[in-house]
Amino acid sequence: MISRRRFLNQSAALGATAFAAGFAAPGARAASASGQTTLTGTLFDLMIGRAQVGVDGRTSDAVLVNGSFPAPLLRWREGEEVTINVMNHLDEDTSIHWHGLLLPAGMDGVPGVSFQGIHPLETFTYRFPVKQAGTYWYHSHSGFQEQIGHYGPIIIDPKGADPVHYDREHVIMLGDWVHGSPEKLFRTLKRSSEAFNFQKRTLGDFVADARAAGLGEAISERAMWAGMRMSATDIADVTGAVYAYLVNGHGPGDNWTGLFTPGERVRLRIINASAMTIFNLRIPGLAMTVVQSDGVNVEPVDTDEIQIGVAETYDVIIRPADQAYTLFAETIDRSGFARATLSPKPGMSADIPALRARPVLSMRDMGMTHAGHGAAVAEMDHMSMSHGAPAAAEVRDHPHPAGVSVDMDMTGMDHDAAGMGMDHNSMSHGAHAAEVQAHHHPTGVGVDMIATTPANRLADRGTGLETVDHRVLTYTQLRSLEDNPDRRAPGREIEIHLTGNMSRYMWSFDGVKFSEVREPILFHEGERLRLTLVNDTMMNHPIHLHGMYFDVVTGDYANKPRKHTILVKPGEKMSLDVTADSPGEWAFHCHLMYHMAAGMMQTVRVHAMKGGDRQPADDHEGHGAPPEHSGHGDHQ
Amino acid sequence: MTAAPAGIPRGAAAFAAAFLAASPAFSQEVIDPEATAAVRAHIQGHHGGGALTYVEGERFEYQSNEGDPLFLFDAQGYYGGDFNKLWLKTEGEYDFSADRFEEAEVQALYSRAIGSFWDLQAGVRHDFAPFADRTYGVIGVQGLSSYLFEIDAAAFVSGHGDVTARIEAEYEILLTQRLILQPRAELNFALQDVPAQEIGAGLSAAEAGLRLRYEFRREFAPYVGVSWARSVGDTADFTRAAGEDPSKLSFVAGVRFWF
Repeated sequence: MISRRRFLNQSAALGATAFAAGFAAPGARAASASGQTTLTGTLFDLMIGRAQVGVDGRTSDAVLVNGSFPAPLLRWREGEEVTINVMNHLDEDTSIHWHGLLLPAGMDGVPGVSFQGIHPLETFTYRFPVKQAGTYWYHSHSGFQEQIGHYGPIIIDPKGADPVHYDREHVIMLGDWVHGSPEKLFRTLKRSSEAFNFQKRTLGDFVADARAAGLGEAISERAMWAGMRMSATDIADVTGAVYAYLVNGHGPGDNWTGLFTPGERVRLRIINASAMTIFNLRIPGLAMTVVQSDGVNVEPVDTDEIQIGVAETYDVIIRPADQAYTLFAETIDRSGFARATLSPKPGMSADIPALRARPVLSMRDMGMTHAGHGAAVAEMDHMSMSHGAPAAAEVRDHPHPAGVSVDMDMTGMDHDAAGMGMDHNSMSHGAHAAEVQAHHHPTGVGVDMIATTPANRLADRGTGLETVDHRVLTYTQLRSLEDNPDRRAPGREIEIHLTGNMSRYMWSFDGVKFSEVREPILFHEGERLRLTLVNDTMMNHPIHLHGMYFDVVTGDYANKPRKHTILVKPGEKMSLDVTADSPGEWAFHCHLMYHMAAGMMQTVRVHAMKGGDRQPADDHEGHGAPPEHSGHGDHQ
Repeated sequence: MTAAPAGIPRGAAAFAAAFLAASPAFSQEVIDPEATAAVRAHIQGHHGGGALTYVEGERFEYQSNEGDPLFLFDAQGYYGGDFNKLWLKTEGEYDFSADRFEEAEVQALYSRAIGSFWDLQAGVRHDFAPFADRTYGVIGVQGLSSYLFEIDAAAFVSGHGDVTARIEAEYEILLTQRLILQPRAELNFALQDVPAQEIGAGLSAAEAGLRLRYEFRREFAPYVGVSWARSVGDTADFTRAAGEDPSKLSFVAGVRFWF
């Protein structure tokens, strides 16, 4: 094992003594057996500074918290109030966003949205009550600092007994690492979006396909993709060609190792802290029982493989025997992997599986049904496409630059508190329904395709895992352990399209980049609403809303899975119910860092309601009639 | 107020300030609303509003040119955001034996994205050789056509009102992830005879090439290939009259790069 090197390149303002004293004082500090720094208590001092980090024997520049990579584990207790002083020793602004935490909007840590950011040599004090328990994480929301080390885990112990029983726990923080500047990486993507893809289809692949499926079929399939100017192998924008993949800051060669005693129930708190990488995670020889996702306990589900989107978390229980295991996190495009070892003794290791063949996207990923093949291809050319494509019956014409707001037909609504018996069920659940999707958003320069017949894919396995011969976790397998706190039916629906232009590397919501956005998406405090997302691109996007949970509409359940980040599959249309209980302005974005940087971001403004206008949840079980607001969707 | 980066409409800042500071309730929801609003436009600009430079040496190559070797250069680059760019192009041939430029031109264009895959470009072209100090107005389109052909098509209007046009198309065939075969075609047209430049009306010249490159990095790829050029019709007659062969076959070797 290559020893890891870490140096601090500190300015005079940050001497080593001051540095050590700075974070040792308020919170008790303990280094776990796995080498992770843990800070506990209610008062924390965090220092953001430049440093260097070694990954698999190669050293490069980093931005670290307290000189630790990943940043120190913050261990809190539900019900307490925490105070965190964040000192900026960089020569640029920084920030910390507490990913997944429900807190006052001003404490959310997004520069330009919740506060002004933390300027060089300034200290910002975060203070908020800890209302949740579970596994979360924190990271910079400034520039590309998150890519180069500015992220760390949070564990919040429950106030009462933990419904999850375990003898030992390990944090598994997945990451991607670039030896070099993330700014340069982004510029390369803007100049040539496929620059890192070395798994394209070649002439040899064409010959093989022609042999397997016939020449005519191979030509017609290639012609379809070429006709749309799309790539069937555009699975990940940034690949193993430039990234090293990490577990707890360790490259595959560094082999982070977590110990256990055979027979123990070991809880793995898995956090995908990557900038751009969706992983397929498995532990060959061990089943995983999923007990929590995004900090919310779920009914236990046994599985063998989890596709984990950027910023998602999964807690799993494993029961290892007396042997070493490889925790294998293969990238979604199979261009590389992160790896760690779980073993009863240090120094052991297990076989590392081979990377599987990279997947090829399908019609379903284009948001098309197979039936509409030829016609759909012709329709993809936006130069000739009319914007008012035939509207689906339920979706009323409601032009809106920041999300199509659709008032629901309340007459058909089931008044059962948990009932979702509205006309929209076919849209939310009907993977079979091939409705023609309306597109009320701009489809100009920034949009290179639209999903003509998107499908609900919450029950689908993730990209590339469709046919693997073991269990794969799907969103519909997740059920919140507790009933959702707000079981009102949504009073209205907002439809938002995930849009992009791969070759120009432009990404947006509803065809409008954040740089062009003039109005936030408006929620009204107290309302229950449905956010329907339509993925008009051929990539998976981990969509994250700050400050409020998504109750994922996997079905007609009172215990829908609750997520702070959800992976929206290519060509998918799915719905998320949200309770707008937190006034203020909140970031809403794709958690692929370079998609966000290219414009795939918006804000949600939860408009504070005065006492009489509020909709406390208990007054509105099953009714959900929204207050009348002349401003709905009228954003001119 | 922090200066908005290039490409950010000025309105964004005013809007941000207005909507963040508007509600007094926000004082509890935003820390220091005025300061937050002040950085808002800057932050938004960093999410999709940036500008960048791009330089591409498409063809930097030696051409055998049937015993009369040439150096050919064909480069372009831009500075700008997603919608508006300043685009520069240059192309020319240097004749080693004659020790002079056979052709040399520079174009400066404003480029506007008009569709998902197309830019409309307009500006000026200036030639330094073979006929020095000629300037043209340019209008053209550049982009990616259906079935993945890279297209650059432009019309040129000289000071005398003569109209010529040029269309270039390129395609890529991946033999492996790094070994790439690139067919290329170029057609030149004239709306009328331009005797001063030895061009006849109609299709005046055609060029076809096949280059095999190896991308050590995507950004750097040496190549070898063949290029065949032919002048056509009246233009060919002009060429013959000048004692030259209207058809030329070259073996080429060069490098393609971008950054």
